[in-house]
Amino acid sequence: MSVRVQIEDFDVSQEMLALRKKNPKVGAVASFVGVVRDLNDGEDVSTLELEHYPGMTERALELIVNEAKTRWDIYDTLIIHRVGALQPLDQIVLVIVTSAHRGESFKACEFLMDYLKTRAPFWKKEQTSSGERWVEARASDAEAAERWTQGEGS
Amino acid sequence: MEIKILFFAKLREAFDVSQEVIVIADTENKISDVLNVLRHRGDVWKRELDENKPFRIAVNQEMVSDDVLLKNADEVALFPPVTGG
Repeated sequence: MSVRVQIEDFDVSQEMLALRKKNPKVGAVASFVGVVRDLNDGEDVSTLELEHYPGMTERALELIVNEAKTRWDIYDTLIIHRVGALQPLDQIVLVIVTSAHRGESFKACEFLMDYLKTRAPFWKKEQTSSGERWVEARASDAEAAERWTQGEGS
Repeated sequence: MEIKILFFAKLREAFDVSQEVIVIADTENKISDVLNVLRHRGDVWKRELDENKPFRIAVNQEMVSDDVLLKNADEVALFPPVTGG
């Protein structure tokens, strides 16, 4: 398991290769990349500033990974989340999961993102054409995370 | 006892402080006691920490939803609902 909170960008293919190393048991590698958009809630976004809670953020991500490992038979995971100032088109988050078969890694990858969005302490502030504003939490994200507590995700 | 309090994101900006240490009586050692101390400052403190506001609380870097008991040197963090990913 690896969890990284960093300012720097990441190289997806390099991280995928590193995660499955030379483990011949890995038959599936699922990944998700979140990217900064130039539009949110009807406003043009020029910059996205990411704040986090050093220490707690890493710990929260590790707890989420441990939870995924109890639910699915997966080999390894990587979560990278960027902080600081980001622009549209920038990569913001990466989740990679390896497993023997695709079903496990697909599900675990989606679960990790859903839980990350509702449980890991990160906050986004947008610079828009009409000034800056803190991004509000979405009910749809809470609902996405809630699905996994109702047996649907097993 | 001394409690370290951290503020993040919108709350950090509203209060214009990222962290502070407050002293509370040993007999008033619940999260709700700490919140009341802060609310008593009035103005933006009262407004942002109103019970109807959706702020979150972490104690020693773990999210809590109940009114837990605090001990000396605990770290309490107050922040808005998270918006990463």
